[in-house]
Amino acid sequence: MVGKMEAVNGVKSGSNSSPSTFQSAFFKPDLSLKSLKLKTKQQELLIRVSILTLVYILAFITRLFSVLRYESMIHEFDPYFNYRTTLFLTEKGFYEFWNWFDSESWYPLGRIIGGTLYPGLMVTAALIYSIIRFLRFAVHIREVCVLTAPFFASNTTIVAYFFGKELWDSGAGLVAAALIAICPGYISRSVAGSYDNEGVAIFALLLTFYLFVKAVNTGSLAWALASAFGYFYMVSAWGGYVFIINLIPLYAMVLLITGRYSMRLYVAYNCMYILGMLLAMQIRFVGFQHVQSGEHMAAMGVFFLMQVFYFLDWVKHLLSDTKLFQAFLRITVTCAVGVGAIALGVGTASGYISPWTGRFYSLLDPTYAKDHIPIIASVSEHQPTAWSSFMFDFHILLFLFPAGLYFCFKRLSDATIFIVMYGLTSMYFAGVMVRLILVATPAMCLISAIAVSATIKNLTQLVRTKSKVAHTGSSKGTTSGKASSKASLDQSLPFQRNGAVALLIGAFYLLCKYVTHCTWVTSEAYSSPSIVLAARGAYGNRVIFDDYREAYFWLRQNTPPDAKVMSWWDYGYQITAMGNRTVIVDNNTWNNTHIATVGRAMSSYEDEAYEIMRSLDVDYVLVVFGGVTGYSSDDINKFLWMVRIGGGVFPVIKEPDYLVNGEYRVDKGAAPKMLNCLMYKLSYYRFGELQTEYGKPPGYDRARGAEIGNKDIKLEYLEEAFTTSNWIVRIYKVKPPNNRW
Amino acid sequence: MAAPLRFRLALVFSVFALLSLLARSSSQDLQIANAERRIDLTSHIIKVFLTLKVENTGASPASEILLAFPPTQVDHLAVVKAAATVGKRKKKTYQPLDVNPSEQPDSPNGTKYFSVSLLKSLGKGESVTLEVFYILTHSLEPFPVEISQSESQLVYYRDSAIILSPYAIKQQTTFIKTPSTNVESYTIVDPTNRAGKELKYGPYDEQPPYSYSPIVIHFENNNPFAVVEELVREVEISHWGSIQITEHYKLVHAGARHKGIFSRVEYQSRPSISGVSSFKHILARLPPRVHSVYYRDEIGNISSSHLRTNSWKSELEIEPRYPLFGGWKATFVIGYGVPLEDFLFESSDGRRYLNFTFGCPLVETIVDKLTVKVVLPEGSKEPSAVVPFPVEQHLETSYSYLDVVGRTVVVLEKKNVVPEHGVPFQVYYNFNPIFMLAEPFMLASVFFFFFMACVAYLHIDLSIRK
Repeated sequence: MVGKMEAVNGVKSGSNSSPSTFQSAFFKPDLSLKSLKLKTKQQELLIRVSILTLVYILAFITRLFSVLRYESMIHEFDPYFNYRTTLFLTEKGFYEFWNWFDSESWYPLGRIIGGTLYPGLMVTAALIYSIIRFLRFAVHIREVCVLTAPFFASNTTIVAYFFGKELWDSGAGLVAAALIAICPGYISRSVAGSYDNEGVAIFALLLTFYLFVKAVNTGSLAWALASAFGYFYMVSAWGGYVFIINLIPLYAMVLLITGRYSMRLYVAYNCMYILGMLLAMQIRFVGFQHVQSGEHMAAMGVFFLMQVFYFLDWVKHLLSDTKLFQAFLRITVTCAVGVGAIALGVGTASGYISPWTGRFYSLLDPTYAKDHIPIIASVSEHQPTAWSSFMFDFHILLFLFPAGLYFCFKRLSDATIFIVMYGLTSMYFAGVMVRLILVATPAMCLISAIAVSATIKNLTQLVRTKSKVAHTGSSKGTTSGKASSKASLDQSLPFQRNGAVALLIGAFYLLCKYVTHCTWVTSEAYSSPSIVLAARGAYGNRVIFDDYREAYFWLRQNTPPDAKVMSWWDYGYQITAMGNRTVIVDNNTWNNTHIATVGRAMSSYEDEAYEIMRSLDVDYVLVVFGGVTGYSSDDINKFLWMVRIGGGVFPVIKEPDYLVNGEYRVDKGAAPKMLNCLMYKLSYYRFGELQTEYGKPPGYDRARGAEIGNKDIKLEYLEEAFTTSNWIVRIYKVKPPNNRW
Repeated sequence: MAAPLRFRLALVFSVFALLSLLARSSSQDLQIANAERRIDLTSHIIKVFLTLKVENTGASPASEILLAFPPTQVDHLAVVKAAATVGKRKKKTYQPLDVNPSEQPDSPNGTKYFSVSLLKSLGKGESVTLEVFYILTHSLEPFPVEISQSESQLVYYRDSAIILSPYAIKQQTTFIKTPSTNVESYTIVDPTNRAGKELKYGPYDEQPPYSYSPIVIHFENNNPFAVVEELVREVEISHWGSIQITEHYKLVHAGARHKGIFSRVEYQSRPSISGVSSFKHILARLPPRVHSVYYRDEIGNISSSHLRTNSWKSELEIEPRYPLFGGWKATFVIGYGVPLEDFLFESSDGRRYLNFTFGCPLVETIVDKLTVKVVLPEGSKEPSAVVPFPVEQHLETSYSYLDVVGRTVVVLEKKNVVPEHGVPFQVYYNFNPIFMLAEPFMLASVFFFFFMACVAYLHIDLSIRK
């Protein structure tokens, strides 16, 4: 409730004040008294700073729903890995962290953590932690990690303000800050506890873009340098930096084509590209990809093209003869393109330049992953976006976006071209993959802010003009309105003022709706930690299912420290972070074969699975089962992906064996292989004895609404080691082999 | 197989003890006219009540009475208390007496002694009645060592049928109380009787000093064997009105280890026969007027706990994340705040002192190692602790919010702590109230300088060009 109230205030004040700031900007030339002018400036500054402060605070507190409702804890899956590494970093120091070989995951392969992660987030959190500790605030590193994302979301609002100011004017900046502070598309990845790369990366992304646009606008080397550092931070934080390194060359290319090439662009692009590239190479996970990987070649191509352009410019300057220059141009361009093509061809053929990765392909072609890389397709956040989720995450921004584009095209400049390109490309990516809505959010907010700001500015001008005409003796409007009203005087229509007022009210209504929608989405959809599940009890009371932590803590306390746990890869990070035990596979899906081996074990008969588990040295098997509570994202519902991923590497596993007439079922009509595979057995072991729902037969699976088909499950090679109180997590111990004599 | 052998060994031991005794004449002419011992085996904390009627038959007055313990028991001895009975019948009162470990020359077979100092020495022909109370921990040995979920827990208890004493005992009886009537076996030293939950050894007459007759009782005990392996209690005093207590527990079920499967369906549907020796929840007795209680562990809050408070006591029922079977462990943290005025006082000489309970708030638990850390406010001087029993003490420094010089921490360590140790202790220190203002002043000045910097920034024009 507090968040909501604040939200209403924040945006209202944001959009209210934006016209006033313009007005005051218009006042300036007319005022004669110097002291008064200064005072107005100070007033404006005060209003702007206080709005920004409110937005800053609002962006932070609206993300605290989960902390208030649950507790200060890390959410989801990946954040647990980040938390674990941050803990390691704070305890052992950066050098140890950089050289960390983790033997607790991907058993028996292990994982070189320092070389396979983006350290930006962890280093940021550790830095904040050490600063806070230095100031003698005795906080736990967990609190720092939980609040890192909201903190950076707040910082993003400030960047959005400056970006909006750079693109349009300070009013648009304020609206952009207010919009992005509560936009659900961004909140989904930056609530307290969602300690993930994206939380920091969106800030870095927007900062890089802002600094680059600033550099292009000013042609200043300093801004370009700052942009390169912003890019470096982005590279250190998130794999999404590839978006930057492709968007910026694309933008430069568009400027070149549209004849907007300038020295400013040359300085900005070259400085940013060269320094950014060199800095990015310092990140071990990225390494020399900037010069070796296909995804980064566009930037290099544009870089060389830029040099050719500059060279041509110089030659044109030297040659006065246009005919000669035309010939020279033709030769040079042909040569440059030819050399570039040959270099690319040779590089690719010789293997120096690596081809595009599957993830990159899947972005360009949404159906690619489904056919070729089931492991990417199996992740829910990699699915193509549904229309409803656009509406859910953007709400009115979806309608304001085209309007904003219109305003941008109307006042085309280097900066607006950039935001238009950013908006359009990111909208495409957002359509391809659900999680990339996040990347599109800042662009949506900025463009919508331009629309809102420009519209309201026009409307208020109309209202003010009319009021001036109506009451001639108005105190302040008379002196100020003159300059601004002239523009709109010529198009005065009947009912114009009333229409403007109505439209203003409509705009405020829409913005208010946006605020309530955002608050509702944040509170209902994006603020649950997904480790702790909450449900409503029979009497309306809140029932908490804390089974995940129950199981992980049991593993941590009551199994040998070197026990190896096999589970589906989703739970890998959580088991290592909370259970402190070695896992076979985890969410860093770098080795498809290893995951496929686990998938194969899960979908085989028990004796075959035992051989696989023995070969992997597995001590415990963990499955997630929602049949008792009706929790639907459990392993049985994920099982077909295990079959597909397993079958992708081991053709003995065939998907049709687990289906009946193409239908996936667990009851009596299920396929025989399904009823006897390891996953089925482990999920439903002794479940047939349990009465889950009144009036239903024992063994009634509430998640799938069916009575299970195999109630008499005997385990030969495994034994039940632990089942949580609501049966959500079940852990089995792999028995040692029988004595042979 | 083992039992007869052990019995034989014990026999040899007792004979040897007797022989060694005969060789040695007791220096003091004390003897015990009547001894009665009651051993309570109902929980895993063994309580022994010993009533001794001591007579002085010698010429010289005696001021000390020795209590003897076999070396195996001494290691598990948590508390020894003694009191002298004064008056008769209804006017009977108890005078607590000092009990100290003492070394005796040529003690047979490593027997350890505790000496009870009498208030006034026992003259010739006089007698005194002593009530001795001692507690043994970790003295029930589970057998079988590993049990499955459906079995109940059986334990061995070893002791002597005859009270070990450096004095001759004229007449003695031992009563042993078991938690249930289910006793698998027990050593018979005639006369031995068993009725219901009680075993009676004796009466035995005219036992010479250092008589020993080992007995083994094998019985069912399904009480929770809750042992806190390590407990660190941090008591942080803030003169702004609150005492914050943080307790780090390492709880373990010290009974027979769980073996084989844990079946949730059995545990849920047949609670009476499945996992009888396991326990699900423990009760913690917290001080009254407790506030902001939390119960969590390394991976977050544990949502299963209930707090009941009223004006004279607070009870926190905590449930570990999972039921504890034999050998299973759970670590967790309990934290709470209590009002300052309930525990911090000013002594007559102007020093302040904290008066707080020493032991572990969990009921019926043994703490193997207890560390109490009293974090005094920054600027406290000359701390000193007063504890009614011997503890190890040292000082540390810790840093908390906005500390510059650090806070003095008085660390008290004790091993083998039982609920009987939950008695008040005091920490005295000197504190100047001006230190209370240091931190608010620091904060205020930081804000002041920040605003000053803002004002300065807005008023100073630093641009080079005009």
